[in-house]
Amino acid sequence: MNNYNLNNLRELEAESIHIIREVAAEFENPVMLYSIGKDSSVMVRLAEKAFAPGKVPFPLMHIDSKWKFREMTEFRDRYAKENNWNLIVHYNKKGFEEGVGPFSHGSKVHTDIMKTQALLEGLNKYKFDAAFGGARRDEEKSRAKERIYSFRDKYHQWDPKNQRPELWDIYNAKVHKGESIRVFPISNWTELDIWQYIRLENIPIVPLYYAKERPIVEFNGAKILVDDDRMPKELTDTAKMEMVRFRTLGCYPLTGAVDSDADTIEKIVEEMMTTTKSERTTRVIDFDQEASMEQKKREGYF
Amino acid sequence: MDIKEFLDQDQKKDLLRLLTCGSVDDGKSTLIGRLLFDSKKLYEDQLDALQRDSKREGHAGEDIDYALLLDGLKAEREQGITIDVAYRYFSTSKRKFIIADTPGHEQYTRNMITGGSTANLAILLADARKGVITQTKRHTFLVSMLGIKHVVLAVNKMDLVDFKQDVFEQICDDYRKFTTTLGIPDITFIPVSALKGDNVVDISNRMPWYHGKSMLEFLEDVHVVSDRNFDDLRIPIQYVIRPTLDYRGFAGKVASGVIRVGDEVMALPSGKKSKVKSILTSEGDVDYAFPPQSASFTLEDEIDISRGEMVVHPNSTPHVERHFEAMLVWMDEKPMDSYTQFYIKHNTHSTKARIDKIKYKVNVNTLEKSEVDHFELNEIGRVVMTSTKPLLFDPYKKNRQTGSFILIDTITHNTVAVGMILDKMSSDKLHSRITDKEKEQIVKSGSLISTEEREKRYDQKAQTIWITGLHGSGKNELAYSLEKELFEMGKTVVVLDGKRVRSGLSSELDYSPSDRAEHLRRVAHIAKILNDQGILVICSFISPKESIRQQIKEIIGENRFKLVYMDADVEFCKKNDKYGLYKQADEGNIKHLPGVDEEYDIPVIRDFTIKSGENINIEEIVATI
Repeated sequence: MNNYNLNNLRELEAESIHIIREVAAEFENPVMLYSIGKDSSVMVRLAEKAFAPGKVPFPLMHIDSKWKFREMTEFRDRYAKENNWNLIVHYNKKGFEEGVGPFSHGSKVHTDIMKTQALLEGLNKYKFDAAFGGARRDEEKSRAKERIYSFRDKYHQWDPKNQRPELWDIYNAKVHKGESIRVFPISNWTELDIWQYIRLENIPIVPLYYAKERPIVEFNGAKILVDDDRMPKELTDTAKMEMVRFRTLGCYPLTGAVDSDADTIEKIVEEMMTTTKSERTTRVIDFDQEASMEQKKREGYF
Repeated sequence: MDIKEFLDQDQKKDLLRLLTCGSVDDGKSTLIGRLLFDSKKLYEDQLDALQRDSKREGHAGEDIDYALLLDGLKAEREQGITIDVAYRYFSTSKRKFIIADTPGHEQYTRNMITGGSTANLAILLADARKGVITQTKRHTFLVSMLGIKHVVLAVNKMDLVDFKQDVFEQICDDYRKFTTTLGIPDITFIPVSALKGDNVVDISNRMPWYHGKSMLEFLEDVHVVSDRNFDDLRIPIQYVIRPTLDYRGFAGKVASGVIRVGDEVMALPSGKKSKVKSILTSEGDVDYAFPPQSASFTLEDEIDISRGEMVVHPNSTPHVERHFEAMLVWMDEKPMDSYTQFYIKHNTHSTKARIDKIKYKVNVNTLEKSEVDHFELNEIGRVVMTSTKPLLFDPYKKNRQTGSFILIDTITHNTVAVGMILDKMSSDKLHSRITDKEKEQIVKSGSLISTEEREKRYDQKAQTIWITGLHGSGKNELAYSLEKELFEMGKTVVVLDGKRVRSGLSSELDYSPSDRAEHLRRVAHIAKILNDQGILVICSFISPKESIRQQIKEIIGENRFKLVYMDADVEFCKKNDKYGLYKQADEGNIKHLPGVDEEYDIPVIRDFTIKSGENINIEEIVATI
C-alpha cells in the first residue's frame, strides 16, 4: 500500500521549491535577500534543496543596516562560507558615513535610510530583476493580500490596488526593463510552521533566538539588548541581566526581546503553540504610524 | 507523551486549503473570525489591537467586530470593505488550514476565481432568512467551474429564524435542485449562527434536530487526498540541474500521477523514451514521487529535455494540440481586444496564442448564454483558441494542473485572463477565422496618395482575380499566363499562390479547415493592401469553402473582386497532379485534401468559368481590366 499523503510542512516545502525553481528558470538575474533571521534561514535551505545536488544559481544579498546584532553578522559570514554561497553584503555608504542610527536619528529615519534606501540601492546596483524575500502572509495584516510574485515598478513601488491576478501555481514573470518582481516563496508558512521546519530539518539559526541571560535595558517600551558601545551611556547604565530570547531579529536597538526560558528548539515550538503575542509586536518600527508596514511596502521596503 | 513525541505527531497533520465566499452581510468575516478565534489561534495582541480599533472604526457597536480582524489594508478599512483576496491561517491538532477569503461585492468574480484556484473546499454562506439567492447561485457556479470538489453551504443566522429545522431543510432542498446540473461531487449543509457560535466549533444544543458535524469538525475530517489524480503521470519540466557533465536532474512539480524508479517514461512533445534512474525529493533519494511534491529525477539514457516539455508514461499521454476550447475569465480593467495575440503560460510552457472565436458569454447570475464580440472585466465565456506552439494539456475537469493557463498582455504584461481547457475538440469543428468584426477592421489607407491616383499612374483598375478550383485543375497555369499577358500590356501585377504564401507567411499553419481559413484570411488582406496601392493581384488558391470565399470577397471589396472558377472533375485533376497529392491522400498519408476527404463547394456566383483542359481564352478576363 503506497502512502500518497503529504504532511503540511512537506506540502509547503514543495510549493516553495516550485516557486524558487520557477524564478531561477524565468528571470535573468535573480537574487535572494537574506536577513539572517529564521525565515531567511528556512528560505535559504529551501533554495539549497531546490537545486540539489547542484549549486544554487543565484547569490544571497544582505542589506546591512550596520546596526544588526553582532551575533547575526558572525552567523551570516560563517553560514555563507560553510555552505559555499555567493554572498553580497550591501550597505548605504552615505548614511553610514553620516552616522545615521536609531539612537541619533530615530527609528523612522534610520529604517528609511539604512534599510529601505539601502535595499533599493543594492537592487539597482546589481540590476536584479527578481528578489526573493522571506516575508510571510501571517506576519502582518497588509501582507495577507500580498501576491507570491509581487510586481514592483521601476521605482520599486508596490501598488496594493493594482496587483496582478495570481492563480493556481502559474506565475506571471513578465517585466519590462527596470521593473522587477519581489518573490515570496514562503508566503503560506506561519511562524509555527517555520519553527517546526527548523526542528525537522535541523536548520542552524542565530543563537539569539534561544533564551539566555542577557544584559537588557528598557527603550521605547521594549526590552533592548546592550549589544555594543554605540548605545547611549545613560541607557547602558540601566542594564539588568534578564532571561530573554528574540522572536525576530533586526537592528538591535529596534528589536525587543521577550521573557522566555525556551533554550531548546522544542521549548520554542511549545512556547509558540501557547503564545499570546504575535511576532511583529517585538519590532519597534511597525508602531511608528498607523498602517506603517503598508506605507513602508509602498515605498519599496518588503 | 513528552514534547518531542507531541511535536513529531503534530508535524504529521495535513493541509486543507479552503475558499470562503459571501458578502459582508452574510456574516462571513464573523464566521472566519470565530474559527480563528475559537481555535485559539488569535493572538492576544491582535485582540488588544482589535478592541482598540473597534471603538474607533468598528461597525458593530459595543460587541467585538470580528470582521475588523480580517481587513488588511488601510484604505479598505476606511471604506469598510475588503477589495481583494486575503489569506488566513489557523490550525488545530488535526489539520492546518489556509483560508482564501474573498469578498462578495462587485469584483467578486476575479477575486473568487483567484482565491478558489488553489482551494480543495469552498464554504458558501447563505442567510437563513433569505435562503438561496442570486449570489449563492453565482458563487456556486464559479466554484463548480473551478472544479472544487467539496462545497459546504453554511446556513447562517439560524438564531434569527428561531433555529427552525424546516427553514434549514427548505434551503437545502432549494440548493440541491439548483446544483443538480453543476456536477459538484460533495455538498454538505450545516446550520450555524456565526455571531452566537452555534455549530461553528462546538455542536449547538439549540438545534437538537441537527445530527451532523460542526463546521470545524467537518473541516478537520473531510477527506481530500483522493481528489488528486494519482493515475496519469504529468511532470512539466521546470529546470534542468547540471552540477557535473554527467548528471542531468530534470526538476519539476509532479502535477499528477506517480513516478517510480525503473518506470519507462516519455518526454513530450519529442516522444523520446527512457527509464527513470533515480528520484530526488526534499527528503533525499526516494523510490517514487507523487503530487504535489517537487522532485527531480535522472534517466538511464542521455536525452535532451528542456523547460516547457513534459514527462509522462507512454500509456497515458496528454493532448498535444494548437487548437482548443476553454472557459475564459477576463481579469483586466481593459476590455479584451480580440485581434491581439497574448502570451500564454501553461504549466511551465510559454508561447503565444490568439482567440479565434467567442462562442458565448455566461451571465454568472442567471447562467444564461449570450453572444458577444469581446469580454470585459469579470466576464466569463467559452472561447476557441489557437496557440503558436502546441500545448500539452488535459481537460481541466480531469486535471486541474494541466488544464489551466493564464493569458498575459504582450504590451502591459498584465495577467489579463485565465482559462480552463475544455474537453478536446477536433480542429475540424472549429469555426472559420473570418468574423464579421474583421470586416470592420479593414483599415482605410492613411496615405496621402489615393488609390485612384495610383490607378491613374499605373493605367489600370486595381483588382483581385481570385482563381478557385481543385488541386490539379490548372489554376497556376491560368494565373501565370494571365500575369504574362498583363505584364506585356504594361500593367503592374502580382501573383499569390499557395506554395509561395505557405513557404513563408503562413509557414506555421497546416491544412486543417481552421488553419486554412487563417491562411486565406492573410492572403485576402495582402491582396487588399496591394489593391489599395493600385496593383493588380492574381490569387491562385483551392479555397474550397463558399463561406470563406464570401468573406475574402468582403475583405477585398466586392467591386475589386473577380472570381474565376476552374471547372474540373477529380479524375481530370488526378491525371494533372504534378505533386502526387491525390495518391498520398488516397493512401491516407495526408489529410484535408479537397475533393478527397474535404468537400469543395462549387461557387454559385462567379465571374468566369474556365473549363479545365480546354483552350483557355484569357482575353475575356483581360478585357475587364
